[in-house]
Amino acid sequence: MQLMNRIISKKQLSENVFRMEIEAPLIAGERKPGQFIILMVDEELGERIPLTIADADTGRGTITIIFQTVGATTMKLARKEVGDSLPAVLGPLGRPTSIRGLNGEKPGRVVCVGGGIGVAPMHPIAQALKAAGNEVTIIMGARNVGLFVMKEEMEKIAGDRLILVTDDGSSGRKGLVTDPLKELCEAGAVDEVIAIGPPIMMKFCALATKPYGVKTVASLNTIMIDGTGMCGGCRVSVGGKTKFVCVDGPEFDAHEVDWDLMLKRMGAFKPQESAAREHACNLFKGI
Amino acid sequence: MTPKERMAIPPQAMPEQDAKARAHNMNEVALGYTAEMAKTEASRCMQCPTKPCMQGCPVAINIPGFLAKAAAGDFAGALKIIRETSLLPAVCGRVCPQEKQCQKFCTMGKLMKDADKAVAIGRVERFCADLARESGTEEPVACAPKTGKKIAVIGSGPASITCAADCAKAGHSVTMFEAFHKCGGVLVYGIPEFRLPKEIVRHEIDGLRSIGVEIDTNFVVGRTRRLKDLMEKDGFDAVFVGTGAGLPKFMDIEGENLNGVFSANEYLTRANLMKAYLDGEAATPFWHGKKVAVLGGGNVAMDASRMALRLGAEKVYLIYRRSEAEMPARREEVHHAKEEGVEFHMLENAKRILGDDKGFVSGIECLRYELGEPDASGRRSPVAIAGSEFTLDVDTVVVAVGNASNPLIPATTEGLEVNKRGNIVVDPETNMTSIPGVFAGGDIVLGAATVILAMGEGRKAAAGINAYLSK
Repeated sequence: MQLMNRIISKKQLSENVFRMEIEAPLIAGERKPGQFIILMVDEELGERIPLTIADADTGRGTITIIFQTVGATTMKLARKEVGDSLPAVLGPLGRPTSIRGLNGEKPGRVVCVGGGIGVAPMHPIAQALKAAGNEVTIIMGARNVGLFVMKEEMEKIAGDRLILVTDDGSSGRKGLVTDPLKELCEAGAVDEVIAIGPPIMMKFCALATKPYGVKTVASLNTIMIDGTGMCGGCRVSVGGKTKFVCVDGPEFDAHEVDWDLMLKRMGAFKPQESAAREHACNLFKGI
Repeated sequence: MTPKERMAIPPQAMPEQDAKARAHNMNEVALGYTAEMAKTEASRCMQCPTKPCMQGCPVAINIPGFLAKAAAGDFAGALKIIRETSLLPAVCGRVCPQEKQCQKFCTMGKLMKDADKAVAIGRVERFCADLARESGTEEPVACAPKTGKKIAVIGSGPASITCAADCAKAGHSVTMFEAFHKCGGVLVYGIPEFRLPKEIVRHEIDGLRSIGVEIDTNFVVGRTRRLKDLMEKDGFDAVFVGTGAGLPKFMDIEGENLNGVFSANEYLTRANLMKAYLDGEAATPFWHGKKVAVLGGGNVAMDASRMALRLGAEKVYLIYRRSEAEMPARREEVHHAKEEGVEFHMLENAKRILGDDKGFVSGIECLRYELGEPDASGRRSPVAIAGSEFTLDVDTVVVAVGNASNPLIPATTEGLEVNKRGNIVVDPETNMTSIPGVFAGGDIVLGAATVILAMGEGRKAAAGINAYLSK
């Protein structure tokens, strides 16, 4: 059983965002909405980074990832080309999303909030929610129109229930994803919310829905090493209890997550990460 | 030689790197015996007919047998005897707690009224294994004709390495599955280079490949493929689960989620497996603590403390709530840690970890303890002294208070029986689990234990698998 992890296709979606289809038949076959992978770009001295799965094709035996070049490793990943193989792709990891309509709860009205590339992992979740008979509303947020990912795919799922929001008003509404989210909650038209995006966005989604008592789930993307529960680097506090995102999550009740703690923990290695990013930038400038 | 003559032979000290120098490099601390030293040390063995040392060895190596060969300078012959029951002598010679096992029962130590003067069995064992490896004179492993049976071995730590080797020798086709990108389990992510050079682990893994064991890294059974699918869809006739005790315990105290608090697993994995110590070369960032508190008293706590020194810490405090006599760490590691400058804070324990407003560690508040009545473990139980709080100024805390068993396989394998601590329940004779054809061994069965016990379990399970498949 040799796993090749070959890159089958690659597309640059915006200045810093890339889409890659990777040959990984076993992961493609096993993955469920909400799960993620850990990959390495260099096996000897590389780091292990968690990335969410945006799509999978069991026929082709591939998974699709969408990633933003935020650090040294994602910058190196973006320079890999079709035909290259990644030395390590591990997954699918984490617990799958609990899909309303399949989990014992009756299908209902679910709002999916995706911020930035958080839309990518939302895609399989929204697909599954739709298939389970839920009425799916999708709120997509980005800084500007050029940064939307998977808009067509999401339109296919939500139809006219797709709400676009940009910081600068270059597409859809000008404002924050929490604006339409609050309106929907206010209208009493929401049974469940799933939010995936930058931690600060998820925090404010949780704050927005809390007064209405609407069940809200967030998918956390913390620092990880092994992804199998061995190191505890990904720990967060949920309802006052320490949880490991890699094995207990990645999805948790957003009203119970200690967002401020998580935001602080995301910054644990900031100086080292900035230095590494700068180093990678300089390295690639000359090429 | 008469016993008196043997007693007159001076115990051979282990050559070591200078403590000050080694506290700042990753190279192995104990340099190993010369052939002459190994011969001399081996000749201290009294050759007791009752072989008391053997009862202390979890895999019952014929210790007087191999020491007699070594004393005669026949190191290859000595290694052959060791290998009858032990697969990983270069590893066990380095990491076994000999003072609690074979050397504890050594007559020489008793006669000298000093356990430290027992025959240094582990050091001679190590020499024999190193000599053969370094000179390329290891005997080739003979494998039985192919049986046509397929075995899956999950995990690649000491239990799995042993089980895979024994199954391959029996003629089965073996595939080993490892979740990490490198094989060796705790031998590569946990035990540091300065105590167990990774070259030795690589050599053992290469040895497995040379006898036909296939290795799939980046494959997490339970997620990439379910255990039952390995049997039902992929045609494996038996499975061995050796996934270890990889679930770090925390203290459950205030401040444990601050930046700068790490499980020993994370701290050591960053440094060892991810090579974060190669600052500027490795992509995994490392935490540059200047004042580090390590909580715990086992080998892992020693490893973390000594690693902290090597990564530039100016102060390392080892905080343990009992006294040094109760410490579970190997005596040699305790001794090395002290020599290198780790400050031992015995009979103290962390009460809470203090942080600054940005969420980073700024100190640790501890309580002093005294020893009370013996507890269930037979050790005198530590009792907190009320009002004895004091604060240490630290920027890093490493929690090394043990591991629970990794729940991934039990959680994804229906019908696999575990006990209330999450350890897989096995038949003590065969190591077969509640699922026919599925065997388990090592820390996932024992709870966090030692390399040699895990190795013994892997061996017992392989025998169980062979018996099961020949039915």
